[in-house]
Amino acid sequence: MDDFNSETDSDYTSYWRDWFISSRGNEYFCEIDEEYLTDRFNLTGLNTEVQYYQYALDLVTDVFDLDCDDDMRESIEKSARHLYGLVHARYIVTTRGLAKMLEKYKKGDFGKCPRVMCDQQPLLPMGQSDVSNTSPVKLFCAKCEDLYNPKSSRHASIDGAYFGTSFHNILFQVYPAFIPPKTQRRYEPRVFGFRVHAAAALGRWQAEQRESMKDRLKQARVETGFEEEDEELESEEDVDDEMDAGPEAFEHGAVPQQQ
Amino acid sequence: MSSSSQVAESWISSFCGLLGHEYFAEVSEDFIEDDFNLTGLQSQVPMYKEALEMILDVEPEDDDDEDDEEDEEDEDEDILGDDKPTGYRRASDRRHLRMASDLSVIESSAELLYGLIHQRYITSRPGIQQMAEKYELQHFGTCPRVFCNLCKVLPVGCSDTPGSETVKLFCPSCLDVYTPPNSRFQTVDGAFFGTTFGCLFFMTFPELEIGTVRQSAAGAADALLAIQAAQKASGQAGTALNPLPLTINGISPSNLAPGLGPGNIYEPRIYGFRVSERAKSGPRMKWLRMRPVDITDLDETRRFWDGREGGGSEMGDEDSNMADAVPGQAVDRRKKLVGRRRRTNGSGGTGAVGGAVGEGGSPMDTNGVGIVGA
Repeated sequence: MDDFNSETDSDYTSYWRDWFISSRGNEYFCEIDEEYLTDRFNLTGLNTEVQYYQYALDLVTDVFDLDCDDDMRESIEKSARHLYGLVHARYIVTTRGLAKMLEKYKKGDFGKCPRVMCDQQPLLPMGQSDVSNTSPVKLFCAKCEDLYNPKSSRHASIDGAYFGTSFHNILFQVYPAFIPPKTQRRYEPRVFGFRVHAAAALGRWQAEQRESMKDRLKQARVETGFEEEDEELESEEDVDDEMDAGPEAFEHGAVPQQQ
Repeated sequence: MSSSSQVAESWISSFCGLLGHEYFAEVSEDFIEDDFNLTGLQSQVPMYKEALEMILDVEPEDDDDEDDEEDEEDEDEDILGDDKPTGYRRASDRRHLRMASDLSVIESSAELLYGLIHQRYITSRPGIQQMAEKYELQHFGTCPRVFCNLCKVLPVGCSDTPGSETVKLFCPSCLDVYTPPNSRFQTVDGAFFGTTFGCLFFMTFPELEIGTVRQSAAGAADALLAIQAAQKASGQAGTALNPLPLTINGISPSNLAPGLGPGNIYEPRIYGFRVSERAKSGPRMKWLRMRPVDITDLDETRRFWDGREGGGSEMGDEDSNMADAVPGQAVDRRKKLVGRRRRTNGSGGTGAVGGAVGEGGSPMDTNGVGIVGA
């Protein structure tokens, strides 16, 4: 981001959007179609949100030819990035935008879920607010349905409003085939092979909630979407087995120690 | 030819200083020198003796000098005593054939051995203390989950057997495990930290505040709504929640998964409208991040007896003591159970009276029988 000025000054003729999406830190963005950008209807209301709106729009659409000093130029660049982000939030919920983001999602451009049980599930960028400058971009995992902070700090500074609160949910409404099967596997904290009571009790309570949700869904004749549906029967049974297995597992990692 | 003797830094500290080894604590030499702490590791680590020597920086290997070698072996025997496994014998025979390439084998053995010792060390008193200092300094990083609010995490393994899984990070706020953000940790074996350490750590330092502050007002509003909904659902609307117990299942309620529960669960929305549970793309995983609004719901013993009581069962004091098998908890539980106990005392009292009547009669009876029999 810092070398922004020098770079644009030298290759001013290159497409601004190409440059923008290929620059470091902007990996989450997809390219907005020229037609979408030039249709004023799609930009409704943005002129009040963006400073130097017209110049910024010119810059984004590569028709910028204003002679101005560096300071002015820099603020226009900043506005252009902001404008691009705001249009981006609108664009990615259109048919073409969704398709582009789906491609990026399939490639894993947004990273993988850090949660161990999610098995490297690709993530989707999202914002916790549609209002700009509220919170930075977060990543949504469709498998555990939770939000994560981006690994890299260069992504942590992107505004969440450039992706919006609805995009990732719309994506899965439009492409239900891409909804990953949910997993019931979970981490069970153990000490010397024995499950820890407080965590295990909470786990059992959560499992109860899950089963009641499944019952609700079954009553409504809706798929539950869980993988290994038949495994749940076993898991209830092997509660006792695991209790017995506890000390055995402990033997492998036996820890003799002196206090 | 051995360079390890020349460096001022010990093998242990240079190992812990390597890139990607930031999670390791420096195991004290006292701990390693105590043979008791190494029980059973000989069979797990190839070239055990050499590896141990490398870790402790003792008696640098000198292959050219045969005498030196023999001296060393004598020493080994002294330390090991009679119960030398065959594996070790073979290793020592091969020692004479060792070439420079063996050094890398020993090096990797030493790393494995150090890791396995480390797994034990961090569950010992000095080790866990050392890890606590690293934890406070945030050496292990923070939880990537948004609702955990950068809660500090701990390195753990998902298996105690080396070679099966890489190191993971355990978040006490959501009780889940995550892959470390940096790929350099993907070469670190999870068994070097072990499955026990994560939870044992928080059981050792129960006073540690793992709670996270809710920052957004929207989250708080969500939480309030969710709490009200939960109350309505459980038919408790209007009645106050049970007072917060001092401990729940052995830990302070404020430290039981503070990153979970109402307000900390993601609610999918499209244009501001919540996505229905019945939609194909609707939420299915909320249970994973749930936590009861009324924390006493997790007191399974109490719930069990409450259920039983409704059926008019006879529960004596002995029974409830059995349920409170954990001695530390028994006291707390008893305090909580006072109300219930009082009621059961009533039935227990009648039971006792019945028993007393029976007992009062029986000795005389047996006497009578005895007399009659005699």
